[in-house]
Amino acid sequence: MVAIKRVVDYAVKIRIKSDKSGVETTNVKMSMNPFCEIGLEEALRMKEGGFASEVIAVSMGGGQCVETLRTSLAMGADRAIHVDAPSALYPLTVAKALKALVHLENPGLLILGKQAIDDDCNQTGQMVAGLLNWPQGTFASKVVLDKEKKTATVDREVDGGLETLCLDLPAVITTDLRLNQPRYATLPNIMKAKSKPIKKMSLEELKVEVRSDLEVVQVTAPPVRKAGVILSSVDELVDKLKNEAHVI
Amino acid sequence: MQNRMAAAAKKLLHQRRSILNFSQINRSSSTSGFTHHCGHVPLKQFLASYRWDLWRSCLIHMQNMSAVHHRKFGSVASTIVQRNPMFSTINDDDLIYFEKILGMKRVIQDHEELKTANTDWMHKYKGSSKLMLQPENTAELSQILEYCNSRRLAVVPQGGNTGLVGGSVPVYDEIIINTRRMNSIISFDKVSGVLVCEAGCILENLISFLDKEGFIMPLDLGAKGSCQIGGNISTNAGGLRLVRYGSLHGTVLGLEVVLANGSVIEMLGTLRKDNTGYDLKHLFIGSEGSLGIVTKVSILTPPKLSSVNIAFLACQDYISCQKLLFQAKRKLGEILSAFEFLDAQAMNLVLHHLDSVRNPLPSSIYNFYILIETTGSNESNDKEKLEAFLLHAMESGLVSDGALAQDFSQASSFWHIREGIPEALMKAGAVYKYDLSLPVEKMYDLVEDMRIRLGGAANVVGYGHLGDGNLHLNVSAPQYDDAILAQIEPFVYEWTSRHRGSISAEHGLGLMKAEKIYYSKSSETVQLMASIKKLLDPNGIMNPYKVIPSSLVS
Repeated sequence: MVAIKRVVDYAVKIRIKSDKSGVETTNVKMSMNPFCEIGLEEALRMKEGGFASEVIAVSMGGGQCVETLRTSLAMGADRAIHVDAPSALYPLTVAKALKALVHLENPGLLILGKQAIDDDCNQTGQMVAGLLNWPQGTFASKVVLDKEKKTATVDREVDGGLETLCLDLPAVITTDLRLNQPRYATLPNIMKAKSKPIKKMSLEELKVEVRSDLEVVQVTAPPVRKAGVILSSVDELVDKLKNEAHVI
Repeated sequence: MQNRMAAAAKKLLHQRRSILNFSQINRSSSTSGFTHHCGHVPLKQFLASYRWDLWRSCLIHMQNMSAVHHRKFGSVASTIVQRNPMFSTINDDDLIYFEKILGMKRVIQDHEELKTANTDWMHKYKGSSKLMLQPENTAELSQILEYCNSRRLAVVPQGGNTGLVGGSVPVYDEIIINTRRMNSIISFDKVSGVLVCEAGCILENLISFLDKEGFIMPLDLGAKGSCQIGGNISTNAGGLRLVRYGSLHGTVLGLEVVLANGSVIEMLGTLRKDNTGYDLKHLFIGSEGSLGIVTKVSILTPPKLSSVNIAFLACQDYISCQKLLFQAKRKLGEILSAFEFLDAQAMNLVLHHLDSVRNPLPSSIYNFYILIETTGSNESNDKEKLEAFLLHAMESGLVSDGALAQDFSQASSFWHIREGIPEALMKAGAVYKYDLSLPVEKMYDLVEDMRIRLGGAANVVGYGHLGDGNLHLNVSAPQYDDAILAQIEPFVYEWTSRHRGSISAEHGLGLMKAEKIYYSKSSETVQLMASIKKLLDPNGIMNPYKVIPSSLVS
């Protein structure tokens, strides 16, 4: 099962709403979170390699999520589940919903992107693993499955370099950038996608509350960088360091 | 001094001998008094003219030794152009005057900078100018030109120097007038979308500026990071979006130009409609700097529409490509914004030579690839429309396979393939470039004929703006070879002429095709062009030796 999130396209310049309540999303191009795309690609490769029998794409949010799910079907997922919910969902709620879905569908592997590029939380994968009591391999840059032993060997990208873990399946994996390069949605697959099912569910069916412990107070843009100044001599530099920046 | 003279004399002698060996020689009317002769020349006459030229070369400033410019990779015939002896050479008084007007910083004589400015993007043409001037505003430019005109100093207007026909670099020692410092945006009207800016603004900067305002430039080309809008206008650049927004003749509303004698012609209207008198700006759009220098531009910019979709498709044969174009114009109609094609050879070159490119359709090799872009205001509508069109095309067998970009980065990777072809060609070795307008049904026939003609000697690559009937025919060879060139020219021009095509769809004539204009224009037309040139530039100092045959201008 692969969790997909619909976010503002990563190439779009972000603008803050005038009331500072959030980011401008009307009339802005939205697409699949790049890390989710990588996760989906990995799942598809697993299916092509004979390790998986089915790839299910899941997304939560308003009606437009269906578009993103269609894209995942066009890339090659077998079926999709749309959990209809008000747009502002926080990681814990998503994790609880995913836990419910896992109990329903019983996947051997749950794959998520390491974080969404709109909130940069990097929490959902870890929370879901905790709720399910499953092993987790986050920031995966390489995944090798072993069918007989039912394990996944995951290379993780950490600050110090690479760490290799061996997880017993079922497990949760979150993907990092270098895991793979996602495929394009080709026309024959787009055609096939039209007949693939997208099941709609609600949070009530999954017995998940929409209560949130978090509240967004304000969203502001980072301060504008001041332009650099070109100096004409070393003396001027020393003078500025001494008298303006007060560092010497 | 004696040694240098001797060296100059030796060089002259060698050049004279090598010219006389050519069997086919241009009857260009040479004002130096020395006309080229066919075949054997009596020794006495040869020596006499040689001595006369030797005497003359002492008078000419030592650096301008070569009296004959032999184009490095040119065809054997008809491109031998002599330096017009009516032009003066730069002296110290000139330098003092320029420094007085521009200050020392913007009068450039530095060897390295001049080397770059003297060479075109393809490293095919190299001039020997000793001076580059960088005016900051129209007044300075006007003073410079007035002076140059009075002194009979030839000039070359230069913008981003990204032209592909040698039109932006000197042939001999013409003074380079570079507009890069005239790069301010003067005004922008958010309601009408009219942008007024100076000619030295780089296209990509204008695109970024407009992006913030919610507009786009009506033209887009691979060279956008370096080319300047003044140059785009002087060459009537086409580009990738012409099929949607039309040519610069339609989108430019006004110009300010400076003529050879320094007079500033202000036609910088911002009105959409203005039928008061002859619309002279059209003369300057596409005249490649030979009638005047563009200093300011007012251009109508279309609003930026949010929904851009792009598909990369594969077709098995050229007929399918044509039928696809026909269908696309009907089914996608108002949202179609680009329709490009490339053949298998072009695709292979790009995949082989460029690093960050991958094939969107790796499952098999196809003969033709088409890139379709749509731009509209409604995201879901447009995507549905495009998908429906593509699925229908696939079902009817026009398209064998295709991929639809799902986000901006996929879209730019598709464009990277198409825009990267010129770069890949440069990396592959020597390239002979031709830019032709032909009837759509005949376009690929030329590529196939050329392939048969050249056999295994070179790789013939075809790609271009199928939507506009514009073929970019490129012949890639490991090295420049006159034998290959002889097979290509004049065959390609004659072929084009036979089908009433244009030998230069969008690149212009420049130096490369200056003498070839008759393949696409009648002699009466060209005579009229020469009269206009004489009227606006009587001393012929503006970008000489280019665009129209030199014999008509001197």
